[in-house]
Amino acid sequence: MDSMDIAPNSNSPAAAKPIASGRPAGKAAANRPGAINSSTSALAAKDFGFEEARHLLWRAGFGGSAEQVQLLVRWGPEKSVDALLDFEKTPFTPVTEKDFDKDIMRPYTSEERQMQRTAAGSRDENTLAELRLRRQNAEQLDREQMRDVQRWWLKRMIESPRPLEEKLTLFWHGHFATNYRTIEDSYHMFRQNSLLRKHAAGNFGELLHEIIRDPAMLAYLNNNQSRKGKPNENLAREIMELFSLGVGQYSEADIKEGARALTGYSFKDDDFSFERGNHDTGSKRILGASGSLDGDGFVRVILANPACARFIATKLYKFFAHDYPSGDARLDAAAATVIRDMESGLSGGRFAIKPVLRRLFLSQHFYDNAIRGEQIKSPVQLVVGAMRSLNTPARDLSLLNDAMNMMGQSIFFPPSVKGWDGGRSWINTSTMFIRQNTLVFLLTGKRPQGTDALAGKEQLDTAKLITNLTDAFPGTSATSTSAMLDALLRFTLGRTNPGGRGELERLVAARGDKFDHDTMIDLLMLITAMPEYQLT
Amino acid sequence: MLSTAYTRRSFLSQGITLASASVAVPYFIQRTAFGLPHAEHGMTAIPGVDQDRVLVVIQLGGGNDGLNNVIPFGESAYYKARPAIGIREDKVVKLGQAAVGLHPSLAPIADMYNQGQVSIVQGVGYPNPNRSHFKSMDIWHTADTSATGDGWIGRYFDSECVGFGKSESGKGDGAAVKDANPQAGIAIGREAPLAMRGRMVSPLSFESADLFRWNGQDVDKTLEAYYKRIAEAGIAPVEGGASLGNSNSAFLTRTALDAQVSSATIRRAVAQKGAVAYPNSDLSRQLQMVSAMINAKLSTRVYYVSMGGFDTHAGQGGENGRHANLLGQFAQAVKAFYADLKAQRNDGRVLTMSFSEFGRRVGQNASGGTDHGTAGPMMLFGPMVNPGVMNAHPSMRDLDQGDLKFTVDFRSVYAGVLGSWLSADSEKILEGRYELAPVLKKI
Repeated sequence: MDSMDIAPNSNSPAAAKPIASGRPAGKAAANRPGAINSSTSALAAKDFGFEEARHLLWRAGFGGSAEQVQLLVRWGPEKSVDALLDFEKTPFTPVTEKDFDKDIMRPYTSEERQMQRTAAGSRDENTLAELRLRRQNAEQLDREQMRDVQRWWLKRMIESPRPLEEKLTLFWHGHFATNYRTIEDSYHMFRQNSLLRKHAAGNFGELLHEIIRDPAMLAYLNNNQSRKGKPNENLAREIMELFSLGVGQYSEADIKEGARALTGYSFKDDDFSFERGNHDTGSKRILGASGSLDGDGFVRVILANPACARFIATKLYKFFAHDYPSGDARLDAAAATVIRDMESGLSGGRFAIKPVLRRLFLSQHFYDNAIRGEQIKSPVQLVVGAMRSLNTPARDLSLLNDAMNMMGQSIFFPPSVKGWDGGRSWINTSTMFIRQNTLVFLLTGKRPQGTDALAGKEQLDTAKLITNLTDAFPGTSATSTSAMLDALLRFTLGRTNPGGRGELERLVAARGDKFDHDTMIDLLMLITAMPEYQLT
Repeated sequence: MLSTAYTRRSFLSQGITLASASVAVPYFIQRTAFGLPHAEHGMTAIPGVDQDRVLVVIQLGGGNDGLNNVIPFGESAYYKARPAIGIREDKVVKLGQAAVGLHPSLAPIADMYNQGQVSIVQGVGYPNPNRSHFKSMDIWHTADTSATGDGWIGRYFDSECVGFGKSESGKGDGAAVKDANPQAGIAIGREAPLAMRGRMVSPLSFESADLFRWNGQDVDKTLEAYYKRIAEAGIAPVEGGASLGNSNSAFLTRTALDAQVSSATIRRAVAQKGAVAYPNSDLSRQLQMVSAMINAKLSTRVYYVSMGGFDTHAGQGGENGRHANLLGQFAQAVKAFYADLKAQRNDGRVLTMSFSEFGRRVGQNASGGTDHGTAGPMMLFGPMVNPGVMNAHPSMRDLDQGDLKFTVDFRSVYAGVLGSWLSADSEKILEGRYELAPVLKKI
């Protein structure tokens, strides 16, 4: 699994830069106690150490190995953020139309439609049943392809040397939520995923113009059924409430008028189709603007509304930094400052995403203790993060998708058009066990029942992990339990003092103070079962 | 008024607010009688019924062919439409003088019927029926014909917890959000059904009690003790981190502890064997676990179990065969369940309801099976149900393109269960006024 393709210079010493950079290990108090850094000014390079690089990699990606974190430390904050953001510069497998079969759920041909009409008219139950059966077979096949597409995306998230691209695609998937269960067309879901990836770190305005042409979205929100005189309000409502402005920033009249503007926006087979005859060309008044607005006109009016930049800035902040509002007044005050800054970045930059994220990922606020280690990992972050950081063997992708489903996040199946609530909603007594047990599976191949067939052959390379840790943290060696545990915990949890630290020490002592393969696996199982491991 | 509202809510929200605690106190220690229902948290009294009432939902997945469950044996149209798979009148198990009878494999249910413990509601469905498995099941789970929103049972829990009703942007009634009882709902299965998922509350779900625990100890037994102590240690506060009481860390610590306690409690509960022998089927196994948990007096209000395989497009069989086998499993499981409950003196407080996402078409198809249809029967079980066949079979002549027309909206049955059995505000929970189906017997 190679990510971050740029190979480290093997001639230079393993750590050219002192990792600790003057700070005590673990979550150090960089600020005066009680104060939360709200500055959007860039973090000083000297303050960018292992903990900071690790935090960046987990937030602007899905985490990484100790080696990869070290690389970022050596690069410093600016180069690291650039490398993560300008991912188009890193080569990876392109996504093409041909990756999946677009004809499983193709519409009826004209012959088939004729057959249907004739059979219905003459009550020919046999033909009707035959057509129904064909449909059901196609649906079955399509469900299988949907699982293929799920596995394909999960694999991409695990393997991509451009993790932020996939993470942003995931963000947009939760934002422009579309559920396969409703549309039952796997190719359209794949197409939508490609669209989101294409614009992942691009321009939100462009993406909003594109999403009203996306067959999956149009089907999901019934806009293909919307016509002049009988407009369907679903897309118009959700595009304002959930995709751009937020609750309360528009009126019912705006929804009705917006729905008129979107009439005729439909699709034929796999492509957008503007049904001119269905489009209401009359004059409309939406969000204070008047004219014979069409769908694009509607989107332009939305983008010009100040609530839009504020809404998108808030969503990006919540996804990459911290829940907002959090309930903590000091934190919320600081967050509000940063969000305002992001908001003006978006509206001033005509909704280009990169500059706004660049500023956030470099800001002092982003590295404050109140932000670090305070985000509950989504199921995807948990699974993909564990695989990328611990280099676990590849394992069964179907089982992993199943596990994430049981944890509440089945990719391509968001529970509603609101996407996933995230945060604490990921955690309950059932999902705690599923999360822990999925890590046991990744670490050892132990399935809920039985064991992975390849468990014996494909083992986690604990020796390599130890080497990486000793490289990353000079002074670490297997002869000092305390130092080795420090290193392991800094790497896995971002802190050296979880509540269960004493138990880990006890375990190592009981194993004769040796960090052999079995002991390392045991330690990793215990660490990944800790409540702290659920945080990033 | 106020005090009733408080007590109804409080059985589900026995948590503590940690804002003032300097250390995350394990949730379970705060609960005065863990796992035991509190007397004052009972519901409005029903004469002769224990206040710790329980609802069990049995989901029959795939579209159960209701027409071959509850059979209108007097209708020639039935036999005309089903020359191969129709059940001969002399094989139909009669239900007293009723115009319908049961499939022979449902004989165990007929036994219960004869003891006044079965209520049959016919023609249950909803307007503009959807014949897609996913969509129709979602409709039944959300009690919403647009299949959006939280689950109906989830909303019941929410309304008990913070006064929410339905709707994704539902707002509570201003009461402080308390930690919900993590065991208010239990679903046996790999994932929590949508029906049980609310805004504030998630049910526990597990396939078997063995799986509702940490697997690491199966890899290395010695780890169990370390794991337990780690869960009890909780998350240590971090300098400069968020204020402890409210933080994600405190929440995670509490949940980790709850998980340990729930796991131990449930595994202890289901380790007790039932009072009767259960048949060997998956549904029986699930109901056996439910009976054990009820007997262990878990504070769980709703249990959800399920059985699949009903999508009988081909080779359905008639009095024998695929469908007959499924019905047999269903009936025998339910009968054993109630025999077990009765032996443990719990039957009076357990109401069970079965449903499927749709029935099937009236006419058999060219493959000896049936295709997706519309309305079908629901059954309710227990000594307190309104016994008998509640209504007439839908017309066999006035069909909707070969499908039965529904006569009872399923939300009426939900409303009856919510209102009469769980003493909840069905209108708020279902966000609509539905006539309460008379599910309980009149005392």
